[in-house]
Amino acid sequence: MTDQPTAAATGTDTATGPSGPKSPATPDGPGSGGSSGGSGNGGSTAAGGPDSTQGTIIRRILSSSTMVSVLSVVIALILGGVLIAAANREVQATLGYFFARPTDFFVTVFRTVSEAYLALFRGAFIDWQASSFVRAVRPLTETMVNATPLILAGLGIALAFRSGLFNIGAQGQLILGAILGGYFGYAIGLPPVIHFLFALLMGAVAGACWGGIAGFLKARTGANEVIVTIMLNMIAGYLLAYLLKQSWFKQTTSANPATRNIDESAFLPQLLPDPFRLHFGFIVALLAVLFVWWLLERSTLGFEFRAVGENPNAARTAGISVGRVTLLVMVTAGALSGLAGASLILGTEAKLTGGIAGTLGFDAITVALLGRSRPLGTLLAGLLFGAFRAGGYLMQSQTGTPIDIVLVVQSVIVLLIAAPPLVRTIFRLPAPLAKETR
Amino acid sequence: MKKSIMVPATAFAAASALLLSACGEAPEESSNGGGEASDFKACMVSDSGGWDDKSFNQSGREGLDKAKEDFGIEEALAESADDSDFGPNVDNMVQQGCDLTFGVGFLLEDALQEAAEANSDMNFALIDSTFSDGDGNPVELENAKPLVFNTAEASYLAGYLAAGMSESGKVATFGGMQIPSVSIFMDGFADGVDKYNEDKGEDVQLLGWDKEKQEGSFSGDFENQGQGQALTEQFISQGADIIMPVAGPVGLGAASAASKSDGTKVIWVDSDGYESAAEYKDIMLTSVMKEISTAVYDTVEAAKDGNWDAKPYVGTLENEGVGLAPYHDFEDQVDDGLKKEVEDLKQQIIDGEITVESPSTPQQ
Repeated sequence: MTDQPTAAATGTDTATGPSGPKSPATPDGPGSGGSSGGSGNGGSTAAGGPDSTQGTIIRRILSSSTMVSVLSVVIALILGGVLIAAANREVQATLGYFFARPTDFFVTVFRTVSEAYLALFRGAFIDWQASSFVRAVRPLTETMVNATPLILAGLGIALAFRSGLFNIGAQGQLILGAILGGYFGYAIGLPPVIHFLFALLMGAVAGACWGGIAGFLKARTGANEVIVTIMLNMIAGYLLAYLLKQSWFKQTTSANPATRNIDESAFLPQLLPDPFRLHFGFIVALLAVLFVWWLLERSTLGFEFRAVGENPNAARTAGISVGRVTLLVMVTAGALSGLAGASLILGTEAKLTGGIAGTLGFDAITVALLGRSRPLGTLLAGLLFGAFRAGGYLMQSQTGTPIDIVLVVQSVIVLLIAAPPLVRTIFRLPAPLAKETR
Repeated sequence: MKKSIMVPATAFAAASALLLSACGEAPEESSNGGGEASDFKACMVSDSGGWDDKSFNQSGREGLDKAKEDFGIEEALAESADDSDFGPNVDNMVQQGCDLTFGVGFLLEDALQEAAEANSDMNFALIDSTFSDGDGNPVELENAKPLVFNTAEASYLAGYLAAGMSESGKVATFGGMQIPSVSIFMDGFADGVDKYNEDKGEDVQLLGWDKEKQEGSFSGDFENQGQGQALTEQFISQGADIIMPVAGPVGLGAASAASKSDGTKVIWVDSDGYESAAEYKDIMLTSVMKEISTAVYDTVEAAKDGNWDAKPYVGTLENEGVGLAPYHDFEDQVDDGLKKEVEDLKQQIIDGEITVESPSTPQQ
């Protein structure tokens, strides 16, 4: 309830911030504003409002406890079960004569739902019905394969969240990473090892540039990063579609909108022999988790990131250049998402197609939120979503459950995480105490 | 006050409806229906369009469902949400021991090819594309059959017909995306219009596609009907009175725009639009049909009976894999002479006297 005064105070701070001559960010404003200095000032003052509310939203999301994340998953699975049962024809049939023989209904519901979830589990962890040992353990590695791009892009988003930036641009950064990573995978010949490392690096650079555009615009002009990154997503998508029509880019005789396959030497090394698909990209993802943890928790730069995330005005007063941090955060986040795109094409897909990125960039937002924007949390959330994806294939093809159910379960998780009080009410959890109390 | 009565009333009505519907008789146990069961298993993986795309995924599944019903075979389906789903979905089909796995669309090519190379005891079929190596050169596999359609032959007839029926002397076409299975329709259509001009000394213009340059109008995807509507309105304002949209459901937008303009007609593609888009049946001149479901059905039948061969299936006018739909409501309006000419052209194409050429023609 003390929320109001705090917000008001922040508002005033923001209003006076840019006009204070000693503020480190001030040179940026007039520098770019030029002749329209007056209107530029007005813009930045107005931008203070949404900025601070955005900050509180993020902070509120972050403050939700691990318990809430876990319980959200549980509720989502229960709701998913209801939907699985409702979508099943047999269940619908037994409902028709519910009063004549109710046992039929319950037995069928139980069988349908348990079969679907067991298939989800078998597809994601260990398939005890598989034909061989290799096949039985393969699902677990598939989970890791599916989790790799989600973890990498999720880290990019988590990093931005911690720094108070709502980075919706993982999709575009990922597409750029896939475009450049893929292109250098087939267009140039390099010795083994060096080739895939170079292609991976190029993917990261491409993502970093794409993220950097949003960071630069935000830092220089105060443009809202949500709008800028969403628009950059669209541009990236259409850029890919355009490139897939150009024969110099595709380097193949086929008229289909897909490029040539990447060279043998550009494939990320397999960690296990066929039929496993687990590749070096997963190691990269783990290293990235470590790196982001070190960056945020142990480095000076990371401290600046977090300081800006907590309160940009206080950070500015403390002498931190908010513009520089904004740019650096977006560049790093973009590089991580770019790596995700490059690992996708160099690890499993082998060629660029229009739908290479799918909805990964948006799923990664969910992953970052579920992981509460912590590196380790993002890793675990990425693995969970990788498991959902891997298990979804088996669930769909063996039990005939629509793949949409898996998507609904994921969406319900996000929905509940975005509304922690709801989960707390359902399970009668106490509200978070101490420092979070407002 | 009203509200407080309404709520329990609706609740009561809903509850009683539920109760009534739940009062049916329980069925007898062990009612094992269906003809002779077979242990043959046919499976299908969609591309990201999904099973209800009013296009090739849907037609493919219809063929498989029909085969399941008629032959009593087992069936498994997997819908792909994005491009990285193809590999795992095909792999799952292999793991559950599908005797024959269909992939829909060129995007499934790599996943199917890989599975076919690794599993020589299983059969695969690719709808709407052929197999090629990493550089785009065609390859043939013992256990993987491409099902492709030379739709240019049928759209050639449609082009000729459209040119003959046009009052304004302008016809138009547009595609969903510039991919071979779409532009092949447009190539045939363009040639048909040219043929008419050549034979009759007329100058009917085609808008929306330049066969020489392989450039034309595209709506950009197979979803956005508004875009189809906008493109069609453009064509109509330029004077076109017959439109052929080659864009799956986007064609509905074209039909909607055409229905608002007097005398404008539409040529549908893939299925008979008179039936599949029945709300616009009064403007459907004809349709360029692509019998995907028949091809799937026949492939399943052959594989089930042990008559598998991996020779590419190419749908043509001759084997009725492609064709022109009946004129339906336009039966009386199409001049008998024009009908005869279209029939003659069809025969000439079947006999090989006319070859309809397109850069997108599937290799045989």
